[in-house]
Amino acid sequence: MTSVSRDDVAIDVRGLHKSFGDNHVLRGIDFHVGRGEVVCVIGPSGSGKSTLLRCVNRLEEASEGSILIEGEDIRDPDADVDLLRSRIGMVFQSFNLFPHLSVLRNLTIAQRRVRRRSEEEAVEVARRNLARVGLAEKIDAFPAHLSGGQQQRVAIARALSMDPDMMLFDEPTSALDPELVGEVLEVMRDLAGEGMTMMIVTHEMGFAREVADRVVFMDAGVVVEEGPPEAVLVAPQHERTRRFLKILDDV
Amino acid sequence: MTRRQRERLVRGTLYASAAGAVVLLAAIADWPLIRRNFFDPDIARSMWPDVLFIAARNTLLYTTLAFAFGLALGLVLALMRLSTIAPYRWFATVYIEVFRGLPALLTIFLVGFGIPIAFQVRWPILLQITLGLGIVAAAYMAETIRAGIEGVPKGQMEAARSLGMTRTRAMVSIIIPQGFRLIIPPLTNELVLLIKDTSLLFVLGTTPATKELTKFGRDVLAARANATPLIVVGAVYLLITIPLTQLVAVLERRNARAR
Repeated sequence: MTSVSRDDVAIDVRGLHKSFGDNHVLRGIDFHVGRGEVVCVIGPSGSGKSTLLRCVNRLEEASEGSILIEGEDIRDPDADVDLLRSRIGMVFQSFNLFPHLSVLRNLTIAQRRVRRRSEEEAVEVARRNLARVGLAEKIDAFPAHLSGGQQQRVAIARALSMDPDMMLFDEPTSALDPELVGEVLEVMRDLAGEGMTMMIVTHEMGFAREVADRVVFMDAGVVVEEGPPEAVLVAPQHERTRRFLKILDDV
Repeated sequence: MTRRQRERLVRGTLYASAAGAVVLLAAIADWPLIRRNFFDPDIARSMWPDVLFIAARNTLLYTTLAFAFGLALGLVLALMRLSTIAPYRWFATVYIEVFRGLPALLTIFLVGFGIPIAFQVRWPILLQITLGLGIVAAAYMAETIRAGIEGVPKGQMEAARSLGMTRTRAMVSIIIPQGFRLIIPPLTNELVLLIKDTSLLFVLGTTPATKELTKFGRDVLAARANATPLIVVGAVYLLITIPLTQLVAVLERRNARAR
């Protein structure tokens, strides 16, 4: 899926630059995710991979370049960013559930306020998505009473409840205790199996190898190499990729 | 002597001398005089029922009005201070700096006399009270509310925006409710301060029906030349403020559990 026609592209990033003051974090990124494709972005910390992901739904303002979401430029001043964002599910490293709302309200509030769904429909959608992540019985719980893994699964269900066209994951398992990582990856694996378009910034190489259609290795603000997981993770072409993977193997 | 024994000895000596001082004071005090002047049951009885049904009621009414006004205006000012629009920020900053720096008594005079004289307006006493106390209260509460809003983790706004909420919607549904939970303790302090500041309102000139606690007590003091009304009125203040601070402690504990 390396050469896709533009019609099949969900996320199309061209010539992206991003600076924080003097710090030039992204230095000309060309990147795309095809419809139904699962792309894992890997790389050392500080490589800009999270910044790239956050530019895609404009949580960060890019400095230069274009970002097309299903053909619509999210950087266009006239673009309805709120509408575009509501079609892009986002999952954070730190979950970011709303602690003052029950699990059910976490899942319904944006459906009600953004999608303008009726209460019955929103609750119905919420129930369905909670079941999907295996937490139907936690519907009335508050986030503080859930384990990290459960919170992240609720966060995924919250994003799914908006019926997004694509999902962004920003190191979704990095804040979890090791024994809780599996349950979250399981949910993500199911999602990938259902054909969801996914962009995943992750350090879980095993998961990337198993689930990704394509792996993108970034370092120092550029895409160093990309391709099928077997190619990038098993037989990397670039020295930098090899060094990164070796460090991961050593720990 | 072990260290423990030495500590016990020091502490015992301290307690003994404190107790001795109390006993000595009690022995030399003129108890009948104190009782007559501070704890005269006839005077205390004569204050009933007005002390509760007029004075305390008015204190609570004035506090509620000023607090509600201060809270509403304070929220608006806090949001203006956090706004991306510069003139809003300037206005809020100037307002907060000016009215935090002025004594409440001055704004009470301003609202009660300054403006009415200048513009030949007569506005109702309750409006004077609300503005006189609320204008300053709003400045303080604005800063408290701003701190609450800024205390909500950044990820909350990001999560809300990622779901497609506008900034305003995210503020109303996600940030402000959480911010207010954080500031229940300082807001209650503001409330207690306001309760006490209502004692300044006597300068507006009060009728028997609009007296609050302090003015009520002071009038009885003047009429009877006796300090008992101050004790009675002070006890009523504490009856109001202590349960309030206790309630906050309970709410805080519940919040801590919900986190």
